[in-house]
Amino acid sequence: MKPWQAVLLRLFSRKVVLASAVLLTLVVAIATVFPWVSDADPGAISISERLQAPSATHWAGTDELGRDVMLRIVHGARYSLLIGGLTAAGAVLLGTLMGMLAGFFRRLDAPLMRLVDAMMSFPDILLGIALVSILGASLWNVMLALVIVYTPRVARVVRASTLVLRELLFVDAARALGVRTHLILWRHVLPNLVSPVLVQLTFIFAYAILAEAGLSFLGVGVPPDIPTWGTMIAGSLESSDKAFWTILYPGLAIVFTALSLQMLGDGVRDLLDPKLKKAS
Amino acid sequence: MSTDTFPRLEVRGLATSFATDGGRIQSVADVSFAIRAGETLALVGESGSGKSVTSLSLMGLHAKTSQAQVGGEAWFVRRDGVRVNLLALPEAQRRALRGNEIAMIFQEPMTSLNPVLTVGEQIAESVRLHQGLDRTAAKAHAQRMLELVEIPAARQRVDEYPHQLSGGMRQRVMIALAMACQPTLLIADEPTTALDVTIQAQILALMGRLQKETGMSLLFVTHNLGVVAQYADSVAVMYAGRIVESAPVHGLFAAPSHPYTRGLLACLPGVARQRSRQQGESGTQGGRRPLLAAIPGQVASPLAPPPGCAFAPRCALRTDDCDAAMPPLSGEGARRVRCLHAEEAVAA
Amino acid sequence: MTFMLKRLGGAVLVLALVAILVFALTRLASGDPVALLLGDQATAADIEAARTQYGLDKPLPTQFALWVGELMQGNLGQSLFLQLPVSQALLERAEPTLMLAVLAVGIAALIGVPCGMAAAIWRGSAGDQALSSVAMLGASVPSFWLGLILIQLFAVKLGWFPASGYGDPDSPLSERVQHLVLPALVLGLLNSALIIRFTRASMLDILGEDYVRTARAKGLPEHTVMVKHVLRNALVPIVTVLGLTLALMIGGTVVTETVFNLPGVGNLVVRAVLRRDYPVIQGTLLVIAAVYVFINLAIDLLYTVVDPRIRLEAK
Repeated sequence: MKPWQAVLLRLFSRKVVLASAVLLTLVVAIATVFPWVSDADPGAISISERLQAPSATHWAGTDELGRDVMLRIVHGARYSLLIGGLTAAGAVLLGTLMGMLAGFFRRLDAPLMRLVDAMMSFPDILLGIALVSILGASLWNVMLALVIVYTPRVARVVRASTLVLRELLFVDAARALGVRTHLILWRHVLPNLVSPVLVQLTFIFAYAILAEAGLSFLGVGVPPDIPTWGTMIAGSLESSDKAFWTILYPGLAIVFTALSLQMLGDGVRDLLDPKLKKAS
Repeated sequence: MSTDTFPRLEVRGLATSFATDGGRIQSVADVSFAIRAGETLALVGESGSGKSVTSLSLMGLHAKTSQAQVGGEAWFVRRDGVRVNLLALPEAQRRALRGNEIAMIFQEPMTSLNPVLTVGEQIAESVRLHQGLDRTAAKAHAQRMLELVEIPAARQRVDEYPHQLSGGMRQRVMIALAMACQPTLLIADEPTTALDVTIQAQILALMGRLQKETGMSLLFVTHNLGVVAQYADSVAVMYAGRIVESAPVHGLFAAPSHPYTRGLLACLPGVARQRSRQQGESGTQGGRRPLLAAIPGQVASPLAPPPGCAFAPRCALRTDDCDAAMPPLSGEGARRVRCLHAEEAVAA
Repeated sequence: MTFMLKRLGGAVLVLALVAILVFALTRLASGDPVALLLGDQATAADIEAARTQYGLDKPLPTQFALWVGELMQGNLGQSLFLQLPVSQALLERAEPTLMLAVLAVGIAALIGVPCGMAAAIWRGSAGDQALSSVAMLGASVPSFWLGLILIQLFAVKLGWFPASGYGDPDSPLSERVQHLVLPALVLGLLNSALIIRFTRASMLDILGEDYVRTARAKGLPEHTVMVKHVLRNALVPIVTVLGLTLALMIGGTVVTETVFNLPGVGNLVVRAVLRRDYPVIQGTLLVIAAVYVFINLAIDLLYTVVDPRIRLEAK
């Protein structure tokens, strides 16, 4: 069996991890494929049908403009997942770079980590609010803001791992052989960072979805015309008293997705734990 | 030697296995030995031979996560004269013996003491538990124990924390802790391995003295043959989880029967020097530095043990019947050997 | 002593960086607070005059220097919109936020520490997996959503607690606390997830230590081993996390404050950001970060008291 096959087998040996991976794939698949497959318009306004309780025709009911909530959830999945995924990718890229540099080059360590400390002394959401207000409220700006918010977190983790890796023998050996520093980083340090970084990726994915929802709820996130799960809840606030399903189901979608992501991340972390322990 | 009093500890057929990712590993099997009152038995072997597992199995201290299964019998004579099988005791009774009648000291003095409790408190809590003393009496007792193990300024030390003491001192504290309730059996798992050579000698001398004073039995786990020669009354040699030879100490060193034991003794630098001196006298290579002997090969992985004798792949006397099945422990009385070619080894 | 001085120095450095960051963040935002302040009827001349009055026409570095100068004197500035000094605005808003934070951390600790302990002791069992899953669930729930659900359930349907607001400022504390029960429950439940995970990890770390084996070898009963030997050592990092969680709740509760309409610090900040009320934004963000940094420092100080190893090194 090839090594990657053995890894996947071990990862999915825990049923919970397997289940969450399957569900996540399902969510992503539905979100991507659905708009091509069905021509149902999630934005179709129908005042006569507004605020109907969940039924056979409308699985999650309708909202204040008569739009089918389930349809909007599926449609909104694209945006929420996009925000989560791109934010995680961006934070991981920037954070890894920052952490590697801080961990490897002693002179860069103190200034970079002070910057990280400064950024992490704010609650995430406040930093997000401040950044969005600077950049302006749009889909891309929210992602950029969240990338900046989560980069320090990744940087800290990567720096810790890099510090450990730097002291390991094979780095010294590479140096002794005269291998150039950037090659050492690329070939020796980076591959060993994949494990902790991967774990961070899944968790930031989940945090980003939650953060975006919070920002949109406050009105300082994605503009309300973009149907993320967060804007859906924000938009239906007024009618939530009479029609709680307008808030319940989009929220459940968030919980569902974030939980699956975290379970997956937990499974990955358990898988890589013995290796991490060896490294430390 | 009185044969109608039972040995303080008699182990019969001790076997321990663990669950690992690769399956269940039989770490120790068919281990039998006996220790009389006041006697010291040295359990000798290299890393991974199962000697630490043996001592932990006797104490019942395996981690729950390792899913240890311990079989066999371990008959222990309690202070009240009752002979019990440690491995079949309910946990509550076992706990009553631990730290009280059977004590253990470990290899790593640097990490074996709780960093946030004073040294005195760690001794006192044992005494309060097993002897019912109150706090003041227990603390006084703890101080006496520190004096007993020759820690200077015991009165101050009692209130100090482990990190304020050196490695040698900490091991003395561990000994004080173990001896606090006057155990009749002390299990010492490589107590001096992690210490400097000079401190080693002091600690060993201390343990020897305490043993003579209290008449306790000592199960001494080690890989250091020099220590064995000096302090043990009898020796059991372990290889790959089984006892391959046991004998009184003089007999073992004078005439080892098992090829592994012979190999171990031949590895000693002193032996190499002696051999080269003999060769020098007989006029062969004079003035050359003695070569250290080594046992060729490596211990087999416990996940893939050899079909017969575990030592066979490395043994010069190996024949086909050695691979057929695990040789039984043969011999009578105090001398036992697990080898089909034991007499040849002696004769050679 | 040198240890504490070093930590203090580091903290000051971080705060300096924070001040720069805060100033930059605030001023980089587009939009003119003065225009907003004066309203539609204002003429360009009025706006210019107002800008000079508030010192907003000076170059940015000068404004920064002036602001730092004021800070050194303990002056956080004057709100553009509230006709109040920033410090007073903060003090007025501090009570609900602080009380909420303390209650929430209390709930999180009460639920989280025992559950985390149980998960560690029963490691690998179904109970452990269930608790870990519950912990993960807690970290997946949006706070405002949970808040809305709790309001719907306990305030609207059952009427046990008020749905929003903080009540009459003159009413006694016991009455005002009622308004905090639901929001504290939301934050407490969600943060307990983190505490469960952390406690479990910390306990497992300690359970693997040699001295736990020594404790068992002494014949101590299991509960004594768990509490006196394991928990005492595991508690130190747990208390750290609790302290930092508390610190991050000052201002981090903005979403919950909005849902429950509590006049707290988070609310203050959001409104200020939307209006570009520079002094308030700068002052509040700085104070929030300062609180975090100082709680961090206080925890380090606490370590020297609790952990004898550090105590004696620090001397």
